[in-house]
Amino acid sequence: MRVGLTKNQVFKGLTAVASASVLLIVLAMLVTLIVESWPALKHFGLINFLTTADWNYSTENFGALRPLFGTFLSTLLALIVAVPVAMGMAIFLTELCPDKLRTTIGTALELLAAIPSIIYGMWGLFILAPFLESYFQPLVAKSLGQLPIIGAFFQAKLAGGVNLFTASMILSVMIIPFISSIAREAMAQVPPMLKESSYGLGATRWETLRHVVIPYAKMALAGGIILAMGRALGETMAVAYVIGNRHAALDSIFSPYATITSVMANEFNEASGLQLSALFSLALILFLANFMALTVAKRLLGGKR
Amino acid sequence: MNNLKRRKAANFIAMTLASLCAAVGLALLFIILYDVLVEGLGSLKPRLFTQDPAPPNIAGAGGLRSAFLGQGLLTLAASIIGVPLGILGGTFLAEYGRHLRICRFISTLSDMAVSIPSIVIGTFAYAILVKPMGGFNGWAGAVALAIIILPIIVRTTEEMMSMVPWALREAAFALGAPYHKVITGIVWRASMSGIFTGVLLAIARVAGETAPLLFTSFNSNFFQLNMSRAVPSLTVSIYQYAASPYESWVGLAWAAAFVVTILVLILNIIGRIIVKMRKRD
Repeated sequence: MRVGLTKNQVFKGLTAVASASVLLIVLAMLVTLIVESWPALKHFGLINFLTTADWNYSTENFGALRPLFGTFLSTLLALIVAVPVAMGMAIFLTELCPDKLRTTIGTALELLAAIPSIIYGMWGLFILAPFLESYFQPLVAKSLGQLPIIGAFFQAKLAGGVNLFTASMILSVMIIPFISSIAREAMAQVPPMLKESSYGLGATRWETLRHVVIPYAKMALAGGIILAMGRALGETMAVAYVIGNRHAALDSIFSPYATITSVMANEFNEASGLQLSALFSLALILFLANFMALTVAKRLLGGKR
Repeated sequence: MNNLKRRKAANFIAMTLASLCAAVGLALLFIILYDVLVEGLGSLKPRLFTQDPAPPNIAGAGGLRSAFLGQGLLTLAASIIGVPLGILGGTFLAEYGRHLRICRFISTLSDMAVSIPSIVIGTFAYAILVKPMGGFNGWAGAVALAIIILPIIVRTTEEMMSMVPWALREAAFALGAPYHKVITGIVWRASMSGIFTGVLLAIARVAGETAPLLFTSFNSNFFQLNMSRAVPSLTVSIYQYAASPYESWVGLAWAAAFVVTILVLILNIIGRIIVKMRKRD
């Protein structure tokens, strides 16, 4: 009789442990984030922490409301700009673009999505921010800025071009290639028979898109948008460069503001005690929000991604 | 046929808008690439690679040699931890555990773990490796990067190995080979180029990461490659230099950004070429 393990059993055990490591790391991350954020959540109370706008070092009062709102608003603005552009791009690539050009553009988009976010951030700081400040902000101030009551929200209060709007635009540039490649994939999966039937009934390209392609692919399209949203929520370097990380009430979309990630990138290294714990709470919120977005996106995409 | 005219007009408008969107989106992305090329090449000097960081007031001095080496060291250490673990983990999911429910779950979880914001991974590495050690250290940075690499490689390995036809394994079993020999000798070999591409893309992804290094290995202005202390990092240097008020530092940041971009693009292109060659075979 053989004593001990066979080589196969050793190898099997080794690979089993390796695959379990993914599970263990994610669990350890969740537990660590909860443990580290416990002091702040206990001190302020969960509801109070989420609804307090104050972020004050001297009084040691930390609330998550502004960073949460900043993350929410910058992501929303980014999606409002990126989704139509990316959809238009996907429509162009699936319906109008010549075959040869299609693969080239598709590959180019995927390569651009691989560029590190710090490069996008640097570009945003040195090129996009000054451009928006000198050309786009005056335009908005002259039009939307003249509206009663809400007009002030579109007037620039501080110079520099470092503000919530610039951050949103950088985010949207970053997620455009991402959304458009998922949308393209989704649209390409519509059975040709369906489209041809629609054309056979005399529908135009646009009518076929609106009534056949988009309804057929809508789950996958929504999944792609939510996946992009998850990405925008957690994007750090690009946002940290151009948002200004200012803890003050938002008085204009052209004012510096803070997001969860900008607060973490700027303050984590100097923080201790309650502030550090509050930052861990922000990380925990981001971790959970991201997981929720991914779960929904995966459902919508039908477990393919 | 007024109705037909209207429908055609609507179609024309929609298609024009779509083309415009595509043009604007593509133009924007190429402008970014163009700006990085122009600004980067404009300030690219040999001393970027041959000198270590210097104070901004010394004209014509200072480079990021140590930061290049430090970033390389961190990426290498992360690969040494993450790549074997990922390949072994993916192997279990595709072979021994392919019918286990827990393995489906781990596979899904890995898919999601790929998208965990990298700054959150940085805070995790800070909590488990920086706080107990009492200061920034290279290992914490390497582990943070390895955590990013791991799920990517687990998933690619699993996918690539699942694509190997069962008949190939059965042929090997028929010759009397034990399962581990079948895996290492047949399945790994058949899926090698695919796994290699996955490894390449994973490395390309972490080579330009900044956020997970901020709280872990941080940065150092000295030529310092001791992993138990703060290690110089190229991306963190770019972040600090670009935000500085000194023109010479901003120039160095652009040059370094250019090099990182080219490096990441080359890794991605090589990966794509391997995939293409494989399809042709």
